Amino acid sequence: MSQKIGVVVFPGSNCEMDAMEAFSDLGASPRLLWHADRDIGGVDAVVIPGGFAHGDYLRPGAIARFSPAMEAIIDFAHNGGPVLGICNGFQVLTEAGLLPGALQKNAGLKFLCKEVELRVETTNSVLTNMAYEGQTLRIPINHFEGNFTCTDETLTKLQSNGQIILTYTENPNGSIANIAAICNAQRNVVGLMPHPERACHALLGSTDGRTLLESFIQGAHANV
Amino acid sequence: MVYDACVEVKLREGIADPQGSTIEKATANLGFAGITNVRVGKSIRFQIEADNDEEASKIVNELCDRFLTNPVIEEAVIEIQVVG
Repeated sequence: MSQKIGVVVFPGSNCEMDAMEAFSDLGASPRLLWHADRDIGGVDAVVIPGGFAHGDYLRPGAIARFSPAMEAIIDFAHNGGPVLGICNGFQVLTEAGLLPGALQKNAGLKFLCKEVELRVETTNSVLTNMAYEGQTLRIPINHFEGNFTCTDETLTKLQSNGQIILTYTENPNGSIANIAAICNAQRNVVGLMPHPERACHALLGSTDGRTLLESFIQGAHANV
Repeated sequence: MVYDACVEVKLREGIADPQGSTIEKATANLGFAGITNVRVGKSIRFQIEADNDEEASKIVNELCDRFLTNPVIEEAVIEIQVVG
């Protein structure tokens, strides 16, 4: 049976249809979830897509984290459910406290929109279980606030627990330790700034995103 | 009582400030010598009803912790004054 993937839509989300398309192509059954609904409809996994939820007012993710759907998503995550935050979704997950650290304005203050090379640091996460360690992936980024930062103590913890799952081979935005993606200690919640859903078709220039999204579908399957 | 509150949200010490460093470079380019340690924050002003100073301060502090700042990278400087 194909996996039910809930893609959350906030006012200002703009990558939800890309995520729907990519997950359908990969054989999953994605469906949209509205941020104001408390019920996430018994999905097997949740994706928070990119965009500018609530206009990024105050801080990216600061208002979205209080949406009714987030309460259900936090419970779902605490019960081991796979949750993926892409770009703005990553920002929402850090604001919600599901992932440590924060995302700041890019060093150099440039909005970055380009393909970058990522290195898989660990396959032990819901986003990388079908990749191999050291694998390089070409995936686009599209952000202004993707500069991951955290305290020294948090960084040490991320490093010693192997929670840094993807790094940039050439740091585009000033992220500490070249971090492009992290997971939580339980490894079921992941956040990344690059957009794997935009690298799932040869026509888009890269199909490397498929490895990550297939891993996530696999993670959703394991959760059932 | 009604209070005027002003919350200055600023980056914690040690957190890099890309806006601050860009502005700092620009000041030198414009010929303003000796400007250092530029840091950019934001101020949020609002009014709040509370029974007394202590209650007003407690509410604004909680609002800052939960919502107006991201404690991972930011801190707040709070000023509260009775209106009038």
